[in-house]
Amino acid sequence: MNVAVVGGGATKMGEHWTQSLRDLSTEAGAKALQDAGIEGKDIEALFIGTMSSGRFIGQEHLGALAVDEAGLTPIPATRCEGACASGSLAFRKAYLAIRSGEYDIVMAAGGEKMTDIKGPEAISALMGAGDQEWESSAGLTFSGLYAMMARAYMKRYGLTREELALVPIKNHFHGLKNPLAQFQFPVTVKQVMESALIADPLRLLDCSPITDGAAAVILVSDRVAKRFKNPMWILGSGQASDTLALHNRKSLTEIPSSRIAAEKAYAQAGVSPGKIDVAEVHDCFSIEEILAYEDLGFAERGKGKDLLVNKETYVGGRLPVNTDGGLKLGHPVGATGIKQIIEIMRQLRGDAYTQVKGARIGLAHNIGGSGATALVHIFGTEPGGRHG
Amino acid sequence: MVESVPLSWRLQRQRYNLIGTRCATCDERFFPPRNFCPSCRRKGKIEPFQFSGRGSVESFTVIRVAPSGFESQTPYAVGIIKLDEGTSISGQIVGDVTRVEMGKRVRPVFRRIREDGKEGVIHYGVKWALEG
Amino acid sequence: MTSLGIVGYGAYVPRFRISVEEIARVWGEDAETIKNGLGVQEKSVPDKDEDTITIAVEAGKNALARAGISPRTVGALYVGSESHPYAVKPSGTVVGEALDLGTDLMVADFEFACKAGTAAMQCCYGLVKAGVIDYGLAIGADTSQGRPGDMLEYTASAGGAAFVIGKDPLAELETTCSYTTDTSDFWRREGADYPSHGARFTGKPAYFHHVTQATQLLLGKLGLKPADFTAAVFHMPNGKFPTAAAAGLGFTPAQLERSLVVRRIGNTYSGSSLLGLTNVLDAAKPGDRILLTSYGSGAGSDAFSFLVTDRIIERRDKAPATEAYIQDKQHIDYGTYVRLRRKLKV
Repeated sequence: MNVAVVGGGATKMGEHWTQSLRDLSTEAGAKALQDAGIEGKDIEALFIGTMSSGRFIGQEHLGALAVDEAGLTPIPATRCEGACASGSLAFRKAYLAIRSGEYDIVMAAGGEKMTDIKGPEAISALMGAGDQEWESSAGLTFSGLYAMMARAYMKRYGLTREELALVPIKNHFHGLKNPLAQFQFPVTVKQVMESALIADPLRLLDCSPITDGAAAVILVSDRVAKRFKNPMWILGSGQASDTLALHNRKSLTEIPSSRIAAEKAYAQAGVSPGKIDVAEVHDCFSIEEILAYEDLGFAERGKGKDLLVNKETYVGGRLPVNTDGGLKLGHPVGATGIKQIIEIMRQLRGDAYTQVKGARIGLAHNIGGSGATALVHIFGTEPGGRHG
Repeated sequence: MVESVPLSWRLQRQRYNLIGTRCATCDERFFPPRNFCPSCRRKGKIEPFQFSGRGSVESFTVIRVAPSGFESQTPYAVGIIKLDEGTSISGQIVGDVTRVEMGKRVRPVFRRIREDGKEGVIHYGVKWALEG
Repeated sequence: MTSLGIVGYGAYVPRFRISVEEIARVWGEDAETIKNGLGVQEKSVPDKDEDTITIAVEAGKNALARAGISPRTVGALYVGSESHPYAVKPSGTVVGEALDLGTDLMVADFEFACKAGTAAMQCCYGLVKAGVIDYGLAIGADTSQGRPGDMLEYTASAGGAAFVIGKDPLAELETTCSYTTDTSDFWRREGADYPSHGARFTGKPAYFHHVTQATQLLLGKLGLKPADFTAAVFHMPNGKFPTAAAAGLGFTPAQLERSLVVRRIGNTYSGSSLLGLTNVLDAAKPGDRILLTSYGSGAGSDAFSFLVTDRIIERRDKAPATEAYIQDKQHIDYGTYVRLRRKLKV
């Protein structure tokens, strides 16, 4: 059974002082329905990703909340949680639910309302994705965990601090035309290097922001896909896990779960990394985009920076990455995975804000924690892959 | 970070005394302790294992923007400590943050981890200091 | 009769130092006058995550390492301090578990101003001598606070020392005695941030009277005179008081010299005379006789006579010397000091 994505919508990424998580998820869901050209009553089931609504707004039971607000009761609604990969986890569950034959039309959504609590509390809530007993009790933060990976990588492969700055520079440039991006301004090496130190060697402009936002997509079975214009087909879906704590990994310079999830997705899709026309990767912190290049097979170990130095991952290059600005321009953790898939959908449909010409195969890569959960999805303009 | 009296109390043997575990079947050492050997599975035989706490800095960072409960401590160094007996653990590195380097030797020290406000309990445990 | 005494000893002094010059600069005082008046150059300051409990644990680790005994054979732990982190809940339970002393353990926290540590030693000595326990661990540790701008601010510092008391000692405890009266020279009421003191009343009727009386009581019991001692250690509220007390009792500056750690780390309160003793033991030879007289406001003095044994040679180097802690230092400015000692209302 092939499964397609036939519509999607997201809120603006940012500080939504006047909107609650209910408002944001309803807005994203309505946009997705409108984009797909269907009604709420057509939806048979909902999967929603949220990382820590309990810590951020005190609200659990997000599945019921979302269908209630959208007037979609009594359809089944399920919350999925995999830290910052919660969105693509919900997406994969929706995909598998359709493949099981149970449903033909399912909504996968994600949302996070992060600004109702103060910065230190938000940082603490996000650390819920790490190991509480030793990482959190050491006062670690996610910027700190990725900083340790950055330091280890810089020492092992000779990556310079200036070269690391090329990640936010590219992503800010890509986001300039994205009206939903949290920030729309270009940055320079000098600005990155002079931005405040957050966790050495990572600086403010290396870090994704605290964001409110929601996103939703509509998935359909091939039985009904012919009713929709421009379906984007799921060619491959891979998910892998690793140790919760970074200190239990054998290496600090790779994310094995990304590599394994990608291998599964490539194998299912029957494509190689060289066939990818456009990708959204999980650039929560600058170093992670470089690690992703290598884990996803876009570059050899230690050579990830070459893609940036040679501008190969810019729009116009060999393999444009994070064409909407990536997580750097908005990271509402539970929604991020869905937001990435919407960007790939727009690229393959040809209506992206910064369009990659002739994009036919796209990849979305979303990770939770410091790599304890990773998901990779591969999409195409034509159906394909093994989905028996 | 969620800390409570029972949560912290349950971890005292780890945090105060560096008692981890070892699988007698394959000799892999675990700190923090695991009560199930991921390699030997049900054939594994888990027993307590005393770590010395000595090791080296595998990587580190200096936290400038801290989570709640740690705001008053910034800047502070946190590292992944490669323990001499095998395995690695996250921990704060006390002292001058500018002296911390990858590969440097460290020894365990006993410090306050955090306190629950002015009236709450004080959580203690191991941190690390550079040798020499 | 088997000889009893100090089986192992350990010191700990935090790394930070603030100089008299730096404190005097802030309060517009003349540093030279204060340094001469107090006989103190600088004082130790604990890091933001150090307190009496953490200092006691570090000193205790060193004492156990020198003693070379299993921690589980320690039958009693007494922690003396005037800055226990909790008003209710003992420091000793944390220290005991951190040092892995086991659960078959008597524990209590002591408070007797600056002599709570020596009071802990006396209790351990009594229990060991009575045969109730094999080893006792006595610790004196403090992170004392002086009111900003008060003369105490130049000296109130942080540090501690620990002693394993038992059989087969490196320094035999010949005898101990105390001299105690109700004399309110220095106190801190429950809930008060800083202690109050009686200024010049802390001198003659308080420190000097009690230190002298206790020392003379001890000398009388043992039939010894000052010249019989290799070294003498007195409580060090500053650099001047112990020197004057020693001279009054007939001890020479040479006998006192090595104990005067106060000049470089300040008054570590419950750790003060004990860190003087650890520094003396670091250089002691078998056969040396050492006098220790503490002083605690309120008021009382505990006097001890120790006879160093051959065991000092093999055990001394099993833990860092007091001097190593004194020399491993980093100077801080008054602003950092205020932050570390939480004198800012935030």
